Amino acid sequence: MLQQKINVFNLVFLFLGGLVLLFIISPLLSMFVSTSGTDLIETVHDSEVQESIWLTIWTSIAATFIFAIGSIPLAYLIVRKNFRLKKLVRAIINIPVVIPHSAAGIALLGIISRNTVAGKLASGLGFSFVNSSAGIIVAMAFVSIPYLLNSAIDGFTGVPERLEKAAMTLGASGRRVFFTISLPLAWRHILTGLIMMWARGLSEFGAVIIIAYHPMTTPVMIFERFNSYGLSYAKPVTVLFLIICLAIFVFMNYISVKKRSNAKNN
Amino acid sequence: MLRIINVSKKIKNFSLNNVSLNVDKGDYFILSGISGAGKTMLLEIIAGLVKPDHGEIFLHGRNITREQIRNRSIGLVYQNPTLFSHLTVYENIAYPLKSKKLNKKEIDILVKQLASDTEISHLLHRNITNLSGGEVQRVTIARTLATKPGCLLLDEPLSFLDVQLKRGISSLLRKLNQNGQTIVHVTHDYEEAIAMANKIAILENGTIVQTGTLDEVFKNPRSEFAANFIGIKNFYKVILADAGNDVLLKKIEISGKEIRLLSAETSGTQGYAIIPADHISISHSPLEATTLNNFRGTVRDIIPAKLGFEIIVNTGFDVFVNLSRQTLEEMHLEIGNEIWIHFDAASVKFIKN
Repeated sequence: MLQQKINVFNLVFLFLGGLVLLFIISPLLSMFVSTSGTDLIETVHDSEVQESIWLTIWTSIAATFIFAIGSIPLAYLIVRKNFRLKKLVRAIINIPVVIPHSAAGIALLGIISRNTVAGKLASGLGFSFVNSSAGIIVAMAFVSIPYLLNSAIDGFTGVPERLEKAAMTLGASGRRVFFTISLPLAWRHILTGLIMMWARGLSEFGAVIIIAYHPMTTPVMIFERFNSYGLSYAKPVTVLFLIICLAIFVFMNYISVKKRSNAKNN
Repeated sequence: MLRIINVSKKIKNFSLNNVSLNVDKGDYFILSGISGAGKTMLLEIIAGLVKPDHGEIFLHGRNITREQIRNRSIGLVYQNPTLFSHLTVYENIAYPLKSKKLNKKEIDILVKQLASDTEISHLLHRNITNLSGGEVQRVTIARTLATKPGCLLLDEPLSFLDVQLKRGISSLLRKLNQNGQTIVHVTHDYEEAIAMANKIAILENGTIVQTGTLDEVFKNPRSEFAANFIGIKNFYKVILADAGNDVLLKKIEISGKEIRLLSAETSGTQGYAIIPADHISISHSPLEATTLNNFRGTVRDIIPAKLGFEIIVNTGFDVFVNLSRQTLEEMHLEIGNEIWIHFDAASVKFIKN
């Protein structure tokens, strides 16, 4: 009787879970199925699409690495130091997740457009944030940075403080403790955070379109083609972009999992 | 050698108050007290990981109170494992040597020497996750010794180990101490204290309540806490001697009285004998010899205790006996009465020191 109850229970969960999976997979699958191979090959050879995909990939990677330089130390400070308003700081770093991304774009424009301090500084150095790859990097970083920060915070929290203390009593300076103990031990989480941040930046549309309609990142191009020419014209670019993103994402995850299992075996 | 003068520290609801200690070169100094007494905090203050609010710390006459952690010449071994799991045993031991900017060859020679001293040469290229508890502590000790600490601080280093492993690590620590390493060892295990220490300090609620040799502290506990905490009063420095054909049966002499006990240690071994007060029975007349140890004595004092009474019987040496109120009343015991005390040879505990 009990066995029967458990089986019914499992079946209900399996059904509900299956519906959610179907919900995620079916639109993607339908798009793949309804896009012809000829259209896809044509799109692959479209130089405008090629440039856009390349732009999207390199700007999202640049956003991840440039902002990781400050994010990792910030995560470390949040974990290791006790300071006033620490809870407020933790809340602030999650703001980009909860605000609409178009609103994030507008807000960013307020500090990087040409008549702002940052905008003038950039002008002095010979570039502009608006309608440029620099602007795309800023927009991508703004919306994706919480993923890295939160993951790095989890990573550093998992490093027992006594290991750092032990390293100090073994003659290590604060800098050496960070680079030889804290960072390597938190690395798995940080790597996951980097992948998540990059993936989120890659797919960003709302903030990017406000700051830089041109040069056109692929999400903006998909929107533009859909808006101007309709669904069938937007689909091949979407499918191609999805294939490339998924391939990179799977590859990165494979590296991360491999690193994790190596660490476990060690 | 290590002098701690009036060190105080307040963190939230806990404070260390005017702690002063003197540890001489070559001492094996035990710092004891219940959990939460402030022992670990005191070690962390000595190591420089926690800054004291007041007071000063001197090592070899040098004031190290405000010295950077890495320049203090203090080694600290924590209760919980602190080996770096992303490094091999070799790399863990080499870690402090790299801080000293030694070249590869020098590091290699020193790592192998330390591994040999701590009997872990066969583990050098193993990963940390595959080590047993005893091996982890040996590697941790080897790594700490690589810093050549003027004073080695140990925070309950044996607490996670089983009896067999404890014996091995204790013997290693004793060997290090015999080779001149000054050690401050935190423990709440009195057997550990007896086996290792030549001096002991008792910490209670952030205050040192007593410090001295084992004899001084165990025999004259200065507070109820210290007495209860240590839990032993029938504590005697002795030398083992054979007592017949049974290899385990031994005898010791306390103030001219011969006491039988069981021990696997060999004749001539020095150490401490403990007769637990709960294992001693009393009577008005000698019993038929069901026990090997029967002595006549005089009741010297009757002291109310937490559970019943503690009576002191002088048999040529003072013996503390725990009694219930009921037994005391049934036997009509009074100070000055002559009584007999009895205890089994098996109840006498011998701890080699």
